[in-house]
Amino acid sequence: MLEFLRVRLRQGVRTSPFPRGGAELPERFRGRPVLDATRCDGGCAGCRARAPSALIQRGPDDRAVLDLGACLFAPEEAAACPNGAIRFSSDYRMATRARGDLVTPDGEVALARALDARMRRLFGRSLRLRSVAAGSCNGCEAELVALGNVVFDLARFGVQFVASPRHADGIVITGAVSANMRSALYRTWEATPEPRLVIAVGACAASGGPFRGSPEVGDGVPEDLPVDLWIPGCPPHPLTILDGLLRLLGRLDGGDAPGPGGAPRSKSG
Amino acid sequence: MIPDRDPGLRNRRAVPLAAVPRRPVERFRAEVLDAVGRGRRLIAFFGTPESGDQTLLLAVLADDDAGSLEAHAAVVGESYPALTPDCPPAHRFEREIAEQCAVRPLGHPSLKPVRRHPPDHAAGAAAGAGAVERAGFDRERYEFDRIAGEEVHEVAVGPVHAGIIEPGHFRFQAHGERVLSLEIVLGYQHRGVERLLETRERDQAVLVAESIAGDTVIGHAGAHCAAIEALARSRKTPRAQAIRGIALELERLANHIGDLGAIAGDVAYQPAAAYFGRMRGECLNLLMALSGNRYGRGLVRPGGVGFDLTPALAAEARERLARLKEELIPVADLMLGNASVQARLEGVGALSPETCVALGIVGPPARAAGVARDVRTDHPYGVFRFAHIPVSTAWAGDVLARCLVRRLEILRSLEFVLEQLAGLPDGGPRVECGPLRPEELAVALAEGWRGEIVHAVLTDARGAIRRYKVVDPSFHNWSGLAAALPGNQISDFPLCNKSFNLSYAGHDL
Repeated sequence: MLEFLRVRLRQGVRTSPFPRGGAELPERFRGRPVLDATRCDGGCAGCRARAPSALIQRGPDDRAVLDLGACLFAPEEAAACPNGAIRFSSDYRMATRARGDLVTPDGEVALARALDARMRRLFGRSLRLRSVAAGSCNGCEAELVALGNVVFDLARFGVQFVASPRHADGIVITGAVSANMRSALYRTWEATPEPRLVIAVGACAASGGPFRGSPEVGDGVPEDLPVDLWIPGCPPHPLTILDGLLRLLGRLDGGDAPGPGGAPRSKSG
Repeated sequence: MIPDRDPGLRNRRAVPLAAVPRRPVERFRAEVLDAVGRGRRLIAFFGTPESGDQTLLLAVLADDDAGSLEAHAAVVGESYPALTPDCPPAHRFEREIAEQCAVRPLGHPSLKPVRRHPPDHAAGAAAGAGAVERAGFDRERYEFDRIAGEEVHEVAVGPVHAGIIEPGHFRFQAHGERVLSLEIVLGYQHRGVERLLETRERDQAVLVAESIAGDTVIGHAGAHCAAIEALARSRKTPRAQAIRGIALELERLANHIGDLGAIAGDVAYQPAAAYFGRMRGECLNLLMALSGNRYGRGLVRPGGVGFDLTPALAAEARERLARLKEELIPVADLMLGNASVQARLEGVGALSPETCVALGIVGPPARAAGVARDVRTDHPYGVFRFAHIPVSTAWAGDVLARCLVRRLEILRSLEFVLEQLAGLPDGGPRVECGPLRPEELAVALAEGWRGEIVHAVLTDARGAIRRYKVVDPSFHNWSGLAAALPGNQISDFPLCNKSFNLSYAGHDL
């Protein structure tokens, strides 16, 4: 018993103060990609051919735009531009409400707005989610599990993962949606009582990720499933997921999640 | 039977395909059975289209005592005499050959689908349109084994099952609470990984390899790059080898620590679940400091590593790991020294060494039953040729033994990483990795945290990848979980499952 108390004392309290600080990330961390238009020649389609993903898309006037939903956060994606116009910032915040919001000319995105008043009244302080992995690598699921550890402690925000869709207020979809999981995904969604949320986590759910184009997967969540929140990443850092969830629930007033430096910000980026 | 001159196939050393003995199928079968009878392990067995309607079968066997590999080949038509009746480790491989290549192993006792997908490596007519319909392929159909009798009942779980977990279906035949048999149906995570690895450009392929199993990024990317490097004759610097070794052991640390925490949670020993859960994150955060990603994505690349381990980073990592070690040992002692934890883990889900050998079990579940298999020792590669990590074993083969093996491996990996960080060899992080040699076979083995990972790669006459075979340790070990359950209570399944912690994605590919 004494030994137990000694260990307990030594372990201390490790829960992150997030969202009031607690967002320090290492120098090499690859967060939201940004595109410096002044360094982009435009019309040079080389980057699209070189990039190992569909991150770089053709925008208006033949200029490059970034699709964060297709970003695999791989060093080679930044290296695809010979002029160094693309780099990964240290900003972990990038969840949006609409799929189209993830397509951006410079990497800036309209971060997710909160749900409407009725939905916030229902879910704002208590949200139960069912996870559905559908053609994933288990990377995104590992980060969803990590949200439950003592550091991120998702439960302190009233968010919990449950075993049955019938006990859930929404589903979290990961994976590119394999042919073998398609019907199970629809049945899980149908088993979730309305009103229900759909949250798409990771590059696979948004675009097929590294499996994009394989005949065994769809390229992400089917269009007839109404997604309320898109969280990019491969896999997303737990803070990226947490930030997205809290924004959706209206728990980050005025977007005061800590910025890249870890300090709280007064304005949303 | 006297084998021909050894063509020199070793872990991560390629040989010309012409040097692999190609026999009539009866002789091929006899030679493989003979090798297995002499203690060789069947580590890969797969097919690839040859000319016309023919399929080239390749079997790769490992001699763990000599540290060598051998390959056998045969060309077959639409069927061949199955090896499984005389060689149980071939069971799952032959089901896979039937599914991928539409070649029928005659006499196989149970030709059920492995992943439920249409043939993607079939030769000639079997590959054409309409073949799927002709074969009567149906993703939703699967015939379960059933046990009949008074008070025998069936429990079905999944693919969407409790918690945040990958999809799989588990079908128990039970008598009261006692499990009579467990059938595991997988394939829900099937993404067509092998075809992608065969067809994608090199810098896309490595991203696919990193996504075979998201908790084994370093293990799979390491085996992938090793196979590519062997075929390109690219030689990494000792520094790159050391960094890869450090990353592999950090991955092992993160997952083993997380597993001990998950097992503690399952037996309601919450303090260890909480502490280990947090400490798992410390290891992932070290991988992130090195590579920019918590799972080490972006680090392992053909020709070396994408990020160097600077002196400042090495010093910081040493300090953080030394602290982790101090915090970790008392928690492990607290958990595994607790009588009620021991009582809950002991005798549950035991595998005998004989079963491990018969099913080809690898990794911690094999070592927990005293079957000392470890690629780092048996087929040493990279930094493990110079810095030996002792093989960790136990003998009881139960959940407790699997925990004890993990605990021992955690301590040894910590020692290894601390030692490597103290004296990294000189050299650059990455060298050039050129085009692949044509018509060659390379087999790369790595000891991932779940066990032996095999990537076998065959090139064509132009030096393009003709066949890419991935064998995740879970491919073998799911059979081990199914074999460990009978006789246990249904309620022991979650605990048993966590003690194996197998990959659905790695199996399903």
